[in-house]
This record gives sequence, structure tokens and C-alpha cells, in this order.
Amino acid sequence: MLARTASNLFWLARYMERADYLARLLQVAGHMSAVRVDADGNSEWESAIAAAGCHEEFFGKHEAATAGSVIDYLAFDRGNPSSICNCIETSRRNARAVRTALTSDMWEAVNTSWMELRDFESSEMNEDRLTEFLDWVKARTSLVHGVYANTMLRRDGFHFTRIGQFLERADNTARLLDVKYHVRLPTVQDVGGVVDYYQWLAVLRVVGARRAYRVLFKGHVEPAQVAELLILRPEFPRSLVFCFEQICLNLDAIESHDPRLSSECKRIAHSQYAALRFGQIEPIIEQGLHEFLSELVDRCGLLGAEIARGHLF
Amino acid sequence: MSEPATVFDEMGWPDQIRPPYALVDAWLKSVPAEQLALKRREAEVLFRRIGITFAVYTEGGDPERLIPFDLIPRVMAQAEWQSLRKGLEQRVRALNAFIHDVYHDREILKAGRIPERLVLNNPQFRPEMVGLDLPHNVYTHIAGIDMVRTGPDEYYVLEDNCRTPSGVSYMVENREVMMRLFPELFRRAGVAPVAHYGDELLETLRSVAPPNCQGEPTVVLLTPGIHNSAYYEHAFLADEMGIDLVEGADLLVRNEICYMRSTSGLTRVDVIYRRIDDDYIDPLVFRPESMLGAPGLHFATRAGNLTLANAIGAGIADDKAVYIHVPEMVRFYLGEEPLLQNVPTHDCSKPDDLAYTLAHIDQLVVKAVHGSGGYGMLVGPHASKAEIETFVAQLKARPHDYVAQPTLALSTVPTFVESGIAPRHVDLRPFVLSGEQIRIVPGGLTRVALRDGSLVVNSSQGGGTKDTWVLER
Repeated sequence: MLARTASNLFWLARYMERADYLARLLQVAGHMSAVRVDADGNSEWESAIAAAGCHEEFFGKHEAATAGSVIDYLAFDRGNPSSICNCIETSRRNARAVRTALTSDMWEAVNTSWMELRDFESSEMNEDRLTEFLDWVKARTSLVHGVYANTMLRRDGFHFTRIGQFLERADNTARLLDVKYHVRLPTVQDVGGVVDYYQWLAVLRVVGARRAYRVLFKGHVEPAQVAELLILRPEFPRSLVFCFEQICLNLDAIESHDPRLSSECKRIAHSQYAALRFGQIEPIIEQGLHEFLSELVDRCGLLGAEIARGHLF
Repeated sequence: MSEPATVFDEMGWPDQIRPPYALVDAWLKSVPAEQLALKRREAEVLFRRIGITFAVYTEGGDPERLIPFDLIPRVMAQAEWQSLRKGLEQRVRALNAFIHDVYHDREILKAGRIPERLVLNNPQFRPEMVGLDLPHNVYTHIAGIDMVRTGPDEYYVLEDNCRTPSGVSYMVENREVMMRLFPELFRRAGVAPVAHYGDELLETLRSVAPPNCQGEPTVVLLTPGIHNSAYYEHAFLADEMGIDLVEGADLLVRNEICYMRSTSGLTRVDVIYRRIDDDYIDPLVFRPESMLGAPGLHFATRAGNLTLANAIGAGIADDKAVYIHVPEMVRFYLGEEPLLQNVPTHDCSKPDDLAYTLAHIDQLVVKAVHGSGGYGMLVGPHASKAEIETFVAQLKARPHDYVAQPTLALSTVPTFVESGIAPRHVDLRPFVLSGEQIRIVPGGLTRVALRDGSLVVNSSQGGGTKDTWVLER
């Protein structure tokens, strides 16, 4: 298929996935800052910025991470290329550039999202409206993902869309977990305390895994088990191992590949998948979860670049 | 603004309903007004959702807007259509023969039937094409012939669009939307389908594969990109044909062979349906700064490895000054009498015609020879004194650039307007496909001037569209 088309599909799915993640992140940050027992509600918002991977850009623009500044920056700011609004805008721009590669249902899902977004943007935002907006983002992104899964031919276009979605998801999951382990626990005493407990609960909420955790582990929320769920459990569709499995499956399924070009991206994806598939949580934690996760985020970046190079994006 | 008394309403609305419109009339009378209002809103939502939008230049506001769609169809009887169809076929054969001739032996110029100056000094004449043979000698593979009607049997060709005529997506989508909104109407009406336009277009493009094409030709559609006003149409047509929609940067030419960059490397391209003007198609031959086309496309064509549709240089046939001579082309190349009439046209480069034009300017439509889209045009009877004065100054300064035509009493078709249903002027753009044979999908795009009394149907000037029905019996 046309390389530009593959690239547009890849980014269409990535940006939709990112919008979904940001909406979840903001909802949980709002929830957390409301139930915090100590006065320092703002650190929730700072951690949201870190988990969104835009710490530097944000503080170049804002003095402090408050509810107002973070929500505005992550949800609405047109100056932030990764704000929810810009994610949907960029998705739609990519969709429009490859209309011929989309099913009509897919185009309508993306285009209607974009039209409704403009209604949200032109109306005044208050707390109720924000909740409505974030719920709407989650519903729309689910719709777009569902529609493409249900309507696209299982050919290269589908595989690139899938790879975009799961590469973005892997990146998000790794960042989220990393932030919780390192930004969010200011003192050693906090570990295992009430605040800590809520923190881990919050992580599960962001990835919609509260119930999944209960089913798989039963009992109290333990940091190591949350990490295991998000990194190693193949049953959980947001875990890193699940994401890399999807990436590998779809990379391998791309029909018209030039082996000389695409061998490097496959090597990266498969070696990472093997590490996750056969990894165990204890050694990962012992050797440093932060190192493990930040290396994985780097790998995601490298993999994205190699996929683009290997398929002439 | 008074209307001439002789305006022909194609429906015969309100009380002298012509036979092809009997069903539409019964339908309009039976459906309650509020339901129709509801359907109109539904239609707008459908168009928005499908994304059938049109970018209008130079204005603020919504960059992607809808061309208003009117629910009342424009209807033609089969016999009416058949006589039009024959005329269209004849005219487009003559146009292609003319373009072939001017790039080869120039018989028509040698015979003195068309002034040489008009052709050889024309910016649309491309010396690069001289002596080059094209598959089936076709240059304008997709032609849009703008027609107007002034009476039951009076049709005129307003202009020929031989380069990259647009609007066919509206023809297909208008039908699609009408059928979604009023399925029961179509069950009774017996309307000739238009949905196969994409298939016909693809067949046409495949039939003009270049001599060196091996096996099944690979056809692509070349668009300037998402910022082009007709981008929706480009995507739509590529989709209807199931072919790749490419931009200039996706193409490259090596050893006079055209390729596109695909995920598996380079894929050979045989036929390009290009929606980019000549000037931008190949920076090695035309504008060197153009990023829209791809360097070398013209050389690939010359080498017999590529077909561009429409061909470079086809614009020589749709110049408004050349237009005057199309009936002569029909006689010269086909030895037939033209079935379709031209609007009587005054060539302002001739002193007599210029004098006539200046004396009657308040009754004439004056058009810039190289203008398009309703810009650079004066509708005398509807212009203010000041507008006329400004225009006359331009006309006197450059008379060669203008032609003048009588203001025709364009036919009307009833249309939904604020106050209810009222007659509005329409034109018709049928699309004629030329390859190894000529194919025409019945009907075409009907454009309607929505403002009361207005004769300008261009979408950039507040025009709308209607579904166009050709009845099968």
C-alpha cells in the first residue's frame, strides 16, 4: 500500500489512543485530588503532567500544576500538540488524508467526533461539562477503535492501524506506571500507607483495571501485583506484553514487506515481546522498575522510528 | 429585478405540470411541509457526516462548508436525454479530434477555419505536446460540458471543461442522499442509476493504458492534497474506483518510468487521473517551484510509459475564445452538423464585436476568456452602474481577454427557499468519459442559483445542487 497511507493510518490510531489515555488520566487526577487527605492536592496534577510525558513543555508555559492549568493544558490547549483537542484534530486530519483507505463507518466515526468536539470547544467549560467531555472522549475513542476493528479488511491498512494503537498504548502504560513508582511517593513512610493505597487504586482506574485486578489477584492492592498486571499479564489488554504481542502479530502480518527494510523493526518488537513474555515481576523490580520502564519507553520511540523507516513513511 | 416573461420552467410549476414531473408533483403535494423541512435538515446532517464539503477560498468562517442541496429533483424524460447524449458524444469527439490536430498536422488551422493566433499564441497551447501520440488519440478523457436550457427543445452549451472538471461526486452523492431520504419515491419513479460512474471512469482510464504497460494497468488519482477545494471529490472518486489517492510526494520517476512509494518499495504506475493543473504537474517542464506534481511525469508520458488523464495541453479546447469555433470543429472533423448549439458569442478582440458589446453591456453577460468559477464575469442586467463602469474600464484596456453573450432566460426548476417553493435558475454539467469508447452516465450535475433572479450557479457564488433524474421510460 501507499507508504503515506500507512503512515496516516498509524498516526490516526495513535492519536485516538492518546486522547483516550489523557481523558482517563484527567478523570482519575480529578478524582484523586478530591479524596486526598492531605492539603497538597496539586501534586496529583503534577503527576498527571508527568504521566502524560510533557513535564518540560508544561512548565515552560505554566508556573504550577493546578487543576485549572493542567486540565486546560492536557485537554484543550491548542498550543499543546498532544492535548485531547489536538489529538482528535490530528486524527481527523490523518483520516481525511487517507479517506480512501478508511471504511465509511470509520470515517463517519472520526468525522462526527471532530464535529462534536467543535461544539464542546465553543461552549463554556465547568466541572459538570468537563466530566461530560471526558466521558465523551472515552466513548468516542472506543467507538473509533471498535469501528475499525469491525469494518476494516484484514490487510496492511488494518495492521498499521493496529500497530499505531498498541504502540501508543504500550508507551502510555509504561509512563503511567513509571510515574507512580517514582514521582508519587515523596517519603519512604508513605509506602504502604493510605495515600499509597489510593495511588495504586488510581493507577488501576486509569487503565480501567479495578475489576481485572480483583479477578486476577483478589485481595488488597499490592504495588508489585499492579506492576505485574500492567507489564506481564497477557490477559489484560492494556498490559505491555499484550501490546507487544499485538505489535508483533501485526508487523508479521504485513504482506508486502521488503525484508531488507523491515527486519530491524521486527527485531526490536520481537526481542521486547520475548522479554515481556518470559519476564517475571520480582527480578524486574529488583533490578529497578524505573530503569526497566524508561528503557521500554525508549524502545517504543525507537520502534516507532524503525517502523516508519522500514515502510518508507 | 424583473424576469423576462419567457422563462421556461422545466416542471411547468405550479399549474402546467410537464409529464416527466408528474410523480414529483404528486409527491410534493402529498408530503406535509413539516416533513419536508425535517428531511432537509436530515440531508444536511448526512452531507456533514459523510464529509461532502467544499472549501471556499478567501473568506473567513468555516473552511469546510456544504454546498446547499435542494430536495426537489430536476427531471428529464428519456427522449430528452437521448438527444442531449448524442450531442454530447458528438461534441466531445470533435474536441478530442481538435486537440489531436493542433498538436499534429494543424489541418484546421491550415484550412483557415480557426485563426492560428488563437491557438498558437494561447497560453493553454503546450508546445511540449507537439507530435506526441496518445492512446486512442484522446486528450480530454473526462470532460464536463456546461449546458443551459431555455425552452422545451432549446439547449445551449455554455462552456466546455476539458481540463479537470469537478462536481461529479455531487452527482453521485446527491442521488445517494435522495435515495436514503425518500426510498419509496425511487421505487415508483424508474430513475436511471448513476452509482456506476466510478466503474465507468475506471474502465475509461484502464482503456488508455500507455503502450509500454505490462499486464493490468495500475491507475492512481493524483490530488494536490487536503487543502484543495475539491479534495473531497478526489478521495471520493479514488474510493469509488478502489485505487490509490496519491500526492506528488508519493510519486517519482526513474528512467522515464513512474513509480509510487509503497510500504513494500516502489510500485509502477501506468495511468494517472490527475486533478492538478498543467502548470503544476511537472516542475521539470512547467513551473519549476511546483511541489504538487512530480518531476519527470511528462517525460514518462513521452516515453510511452505513462498516461496522464486529462492530457497536458487539453485546455486549448476549452478556452472561451476557442469555444466560439467548436461547431466548426464538428463540421470539420466529423463532417456532421452540430447537434448542440453554442450560445451566440461576441469575440471582443474584434472591433465590431467590442463596439456591440459596449453598446449593449447592460443586456449581455461578459466573461473573461481565461477566468473560471464565476469570477471575472459581469451579468449586465443584474449589475449596478458602478460595477458596469469598473468592468467597462477593464474591458477597454484588454478587449482580447473578453467575450460577450446575450443574457439567456435560463430555465428554472422549483426549489425550496425561505418563503416556500419558488422557481430558480439551473444549469447542467454532464460528464463525458472518453477512452476506447465514449461513456456517459445519464444526467449530470444540476446546479441551481439559490438567490431570486440570479443566473450564477457556481458554488463559490452561492449556488446549490439538485439530484438530476433521467427517467428510464
